[in-house]
Amino acid sequence: MQSLSNRAKKLEKKPMTFAERAYLPAIFQGLSITMQHFFRAATKKQITIRYPEETRPFSPVFRGLHVLKRDEQGRERCTACGLCAVACPAEAITMVAGERKKGEQNLYREEKYAVSYEINMLRCIFCGLCEEACPKAAIYLQADKMAPPRYERDEFIYGKDRLVEPTSPDNRSARGIQLTPEQAEKLRTQLA
Amino acid sequence: MSLESIGWPNFSLGWQGIVVLVIFGVSLLIATYCTYAERVIAAFLQDRVGPDRAGPWGLAQPLADAVKLFTKEEFFPAGANKALFVFGPCLAMVTALMSSAVIPFGNSLKFGDTVVHLRGIDSNIGMLYVFGIVSLGVYGIMIGGWASNNKFSLLGAIRAASQNISYELAMGLALIAVLMMSGSLSLSTITLQQSSATGWHWGDIFAWNVFKQPLGFIIFLVCAFAETNRTPFDLPECETELVGGYHTEYSSMKMGLYLFSEYVNVFVATAIMSVLYFGGFNYPFQYEFLDFLQTKAGLSVDWAHNLFVLMGVVAMFAKIFTGIFFFMWVRWTLPRFRYDQLMRLGWTILIPLAIFNILLTGVLITTGIIPDLTIAVR
Repeated sequence: MQSLSNRAKKLEKKPMTFAERAYLPAIFQGLSITMQHFFRAATKKQITIRYPEETRPFSPVFRGLHVLKRDEQGRERCTACGLCAVACPAEAITMVAGERKKGEQNLYREEKYAVSYEINMLRCIFCGLCEEACPKAAIYLQADKMAPPRYERDEFIYGKDRLVEPTSPDNRSARGIQLTPEQAEKLRTQLA
Repeated sequence: MSLESIGWPNFSLGWQGIVVLVIFGVSLLIATYCTYAERVIAAFLQDRVGPDRAGPWGLAQPLADAVKLFTKEEFFPAGANKALFVFGPCLAMVTALMSSAVIPFGNSLKFGDTVVHLRGIDSNIGMLYVFGIVSLGVYGIMIGGWASNNKFSLLGAIRAASQNISYELAMGLALIAVLMMSGSLSLSTITLQQSSATGWHWGDIFAWNVFKQPLGFIIFLVCAFAETNRTPFDLPECETELVGGYHTEYSSMKMGLYLFSEYVNVFVATAIMSVLYFGGFNYPFQYEFLDFLQTKAGLSVDWAHNLFVLMGVVAMFAKIFTGIFFFMWVRWTLPRFRYDQLMRLGWTILIPLAIFNILLTGVLITTGIIPDLTIAVR
C-alpha cells in the first residue's frame, strides 16, 4: 500500500547480530544515557519547583487567594450583602452581617458590615464569581498568592483575620491585586 | 592454640574487638545511607530532586524512615507461622552482616608493638566463608516467604531460591579462575597479591585482577547483581507481578530488616568485588607515597606506615562506594529480566562462559602470560 505521509518505516526482521545478542553494548549505551541525565540534574538548573519555598510565576490574571479590600481611608468595603455567597457555586462563603455603630465610621465604609466572613478554601474552586458578583468591589482573588498547604482541615477556613487587607498600604500585596474602581480611575487620570 | 600460630603476632584482643565493632557499625551506617543514596541517585538519573526535606539536603531522611518503620503496626497475617515469620528477617539480616567479617578493609596498623588488623578475622578460607554465608542468606527470604502463608510471597521466595542457586554456580566458577592465579582463599592474600610488588607495574593499577580476569569479572558482576536481588534480577520482589514478592506480608521493622539486609548485601558484594578484582586496599602509586612519607615527610616509621595504611582504607571505601553507585546506576537504567530469560542467561550463557574462562586462565598460566602466584603462597 502506498504510504500517505511518507513517514512509514519498513521494518526488517533480521536475526540479531552477535553484538546485539551479547547485551553488553546495549547496556553500556543505556548506562551512558542515564549518566547524561545524572550530570544534567547535578549541574543544570533543575526543573522541579520546590513549592513552599519557590513558586512558579503566575499569570497576571491568575485567581489565587481571596482578599477583602479596604478603601483609600482604610475602611472595609464589604457591606455583607451576601451576593458573593449567593453567586458562589461551591457554597464556600458564609458571613454574618452587623450594623455599624456610632464612632465606627472610620472602620467600615457602609452602615452594614460583615461581623464575620469565612471562606472555606477546601470548598472554593477559585472561579472568581464572587469577585464578579460584588457590587462594592470588596472581594478579589489575588494573582500572586495561593492558599498554602496545611495539616488540619479547619485551618483552611479563612476568617476575616486572614482575608481583610492589612491597614498599612506597605504591607499589602505589591502586585497582582486587581484595581478597585477608584484606583483604576486615579490611574486613568494620572495617565491622561 | 596460640594466636601467634595462626599468624597474628602481637595480637591485641581489645583493639581487635573495637575493629570488629567499627566494621559492624560502618556496614550498618553505609546500609542506612544507601537507602538515602538510592533515592537521590534515582532522582538525579530521572531529572528529579529526591528527598531534601528532612535535614540539610535530606540527610536525616534515613532517620525519619527508621522512626516511621519502628512506629508502624506489627502485623501478623492469619495462618502465618509466627516463629518462622519472625525468624525470616532476622536470618536475612544476620547472614548479611556476618559476611563482612572476613573482608580486609585495610592492612595492619602498628602502634609500637601493638598491631591492629583492619578486618574482623583473617581466615585462610575467607572466600569460602563468604560463599557459605551468602548461600545461607537465601534461607532468610525462603523462610519469610513460606511463613507468610501467601501465594505471592511463596512465589517470590521460590524465585529467589532458584535464582540464587543458579547464579551461585556461575559465580563460584568465575571465582575459581581467580583462585587458580592466587592459590589462596584468604582475602588478604588475594589483596596483597594485587600490589605491584608481585604483579605488573604501572602505577600499580595493572596488578589488579580485573586486568587479568576481565571475563571472570563480568560474570562475577552479573552474578553479584543476581545474588543481591538487585535490578535487573529483582524477580523475588517484582512489584509489578508479585505485589511485594517475599516480603508482601511484612510490615514495620521486619520489612525494614529485609530492605536493610539487601543494602548490607550490596555493600558486602561490592567490597568482595573490590577485593577480588580491584585490588582491595591497594591504590595507584602507593609505594611512591610510602617512600615519600618515610623519606621526605620526616615521619616516624610507624606513622609513615599507618598513614600509608589509612590511605588504603580510604581507597577501599572509594572503590566500595563506586561499586554501590554502579549498582544503583544499573538499577535505574535496566528493566527487569523475564524469568525464563534469567534462567537462560544463568545456565546456558554464564556457566559455559565461566568454564571457558577457567580453561583460558589455565592456558594463560601455563604459557606464563599471567604470572603464577601460587608458588609464592606455597
